Amino acid sequence: MDPFYHALQISPKACIGCTHCMTVCPTNAIRICDGLATINEAACVDCGMCLKNCSQHAIFVEQDDFNKIFSFKHRIILIPTVVFGQFSDDVTEEQIFAELHAMGITHVIETDQATGVLTEAIQEYMEKNYFRRPFISAFCPAIVRLIQVRFPSMLSHVIPLKQALDLSALYARKKFIDQGVSEEDIGVFYVTPCAAKIAAIKSPVGEEKSPVDGVINMDFIYNKVQMGITQHRDKPLTPVPEQTYLSPEAIAWTLSEGEVSRFNGRCLAIDEIHNVIDILEKLEDEEISEIDFIELRACDHSCVGGALTINNRFLSIERLRKRMKNNAKNKRSVPDDILQYKSYLKQHSLLSGKVLPRSIEKLDENILVAMAKMEKINRIMNFIPKIDCGACGSPSCRALAQDVVQGKAKLNQCVFIQKVLMRDNLMTPDESIELSERTWGKERFRK
Amino acid sequence: MEFNFNIEGGNFSHAGAASSEVKKVLKQLNVDVSLIKRIVVALYEAEVNVVAHAYEGMMKVVLSSDFIEVTITDRGPGIPDISLAMKEGYSTASPQVREMGFGAGMGLPNIKKNCDKLEIVSKVNEGTTVKMTTFFS
Repeated sequence: MDPFYHALQISPKACIGCTHCMTVCPTNAIRICDGLATINEAACVDCGMCLKNCSQHAIFVEQDDFNKIFSFKHRIILIPTVVFGQFSDDVTEEQIFAELHAMGITHVIETDQATGVLTEAIQEYMEKNYFRRPFISAFCPAIVRLIQVRFPSMLSHVIPLKQALDLSALYARKKFIDQGVSEEDIGVFYVTPCAAKIAAIKSPVGEEKSPVDGVINMDFIYNKVQMGITQHRDKPLTPVPEQTYLSPEAIAWTLSEGEVSRFNGRCLAIDEIHNVIDILEKLEDEEISEIDFIELRACDHSCVGGALTINNRFLSIERLRKRMKNNAKNKRSVPDDILQYKSYLKQHSLLSGKVLPRSIEKLDENILVAMAKMEKINRIMNFIPKIDCGACGSPSCRALAQDVVQGKAKLNQCVFIQKVLMRDNLMTPDESIELSERTWGKERFRK
Repeated sequence: MEFNFNIEGGNFSHAGAASSEVKKVLKQLNVDVSLIKRIVVALYEAEVNVVAHAYEGMMKVVLSSDFIEVTITDRGPGIPDISLAMKEGYSTASPQVREMGFGAGMGLPNIKKNCDKLEIVSKVNEGTTVKMTTFFS
C-alpha cells in the first residue's frame, strides 16, 4: 500500500526534542530520537496537533510554490469561507476578492458554494444505504485517516462521497472547459486552513487523483492580502465580477454543526480529535446507538481552529456569523451558476475507490506472534514505572514497551531502569549518559 | 493468555470499561474487525447485566490462537427462569435502570446472537455465571 503523503514537517534546526508534540499526538506517531521529534508516517493522520503544540515553531506545513499558478493561463483559486474569518472587520470582502486578483488569480471560487449539491448527494446516499447507519461524515480528511488507522471497523459507516473542495474543483474545471478553454490552461488551487486538506489533495483516500493542482497555505494568502491592502490603500478598488454572497447555511458548513444542521434525525457534531476518539470508541462498542449522522472534525471548533489559521477561532466565528447575517439580510444575487452543474456534480460525487483500513494497532499479522508480543509487553509493564514521563523518547510507558517488543527501542532507554541498573552495578554512569544521548542528542549533555 | 477485570454493581458510569479494554487487546492481536465487533457487543451487554442487576462481578478473559472465552461471574439475585430471560423484550430491570437507557430486555438475546457458544448457570439469591465463546475462524 502506498504510504500517506504528509504535509507536516519538522525542522531539525528548530526542534529541541521537547516532547510536547509527542504527548499530544492522538495516534502515538511521534518519538524523540537523537534530540529530534520524528514522525511515524504510517500512523500520522495530519491532524496538526503537533504543530499547534510546538513551542519552538519547529513543525511546519510544506506548501507548493505560489508561482506555480503562473504556469496556467486561467488561475482559479478555491477558498473556504474560513478565509474571511481571518480578517478584522475593517477589511471588506470586496478588498479580499480584489487583492486575490491583484496577486495574479484570475477567478475566485468559494468551495462552500458546492455544499448545497453535496447536502443533496449525502441525503440521497443515506436514504439508499439506510442499513449502514450511523453515517459518519467524510468532511475532515484527518478524521477519515484516523478511522483508517485506529477504527477500521467503522469504515463501512463513512459516507464515501467527495467533499465540497473536490466538487467545487470539478465545477471550476467543467465551467471553463464549457467556455472553450483547453484543459491544460486551467490551474485550480486551494487555500487550506490545515495540513490534512493538503494530504487529502496530494494523496486522496478513495480516489486516484485530486482535481486540484496545488495548495496554498492560508497564512501565506493572509499575509499577501494584508500586504496588498496596505500597498493599494490609495488606489480605487476594482470590484471582482465573480464575488459571491453565500447563503448562511453555506457559510456555516465549515463551522461546528454546519453539516448536522442540514439533516433530520438524530445527529451529533463533535470537534477536536480527542473528543472524536472518545465518541468513536463508544460507537465502536455500540455503547451509543440509534444515531443517524455524525459530523466529526479534528480541530477544536472545526476549520476555524485549523493549524494554518491566523485569527483566534472565536473571533473568526464572530466574523463569519456577521457574514451570515449580512448575506441573509441583503439577499444580494449570488452568481450561483453552480446549480447549472448540479446533475454533473452529483453524477461525479461518489468516490471512485474504496477507503481501506490501515490498522496501526496490530502487534503482528499472525495471532500467535501477536499474543507472544502482548505477553512480553505485559511483563515489561510490571517493572517499568507507568508515569509516562517521556524521558525514554516514547510517549508513554506502554508505548515504550510496545516499541521494545517491535525491536524499535531498548528497555534500558527508561531512566528508571537505568537507575536500578546503576544501583545494582550493572550499568556505569557513562553508559547511562550514552543511552540518553541517543534519545536526546549529544549536544544536550554538553551544556 | 488470561485477563481479569472487576465489574462494580450499580456503577453505570463505569459500565463498558472492561469490554472496551478487551476490544483494545483484540485489535492488537489482529483479530478480524467484524469479529471484534460481535465479541465486544456481547461483552458489553453481559457487563451491563452485572452492573444493572448484581452487587459485584468478575470478567475473566481467556485467549488462545483460535478462540476467546469470556466468563462473567457475579454475586447477585440470580435468574429464576433462564429460558424466560432469553426472550427478547423480557426484563426485570427497575424503572430507574430503564430511565438510564438500559434494561430493554435485549441483553441475553443479544449476547446469544453475538457469540458462538453461550452457557448460563444461575442460582437464585447467589449469582450468575455467563460463559461466552467465540471462535476466530
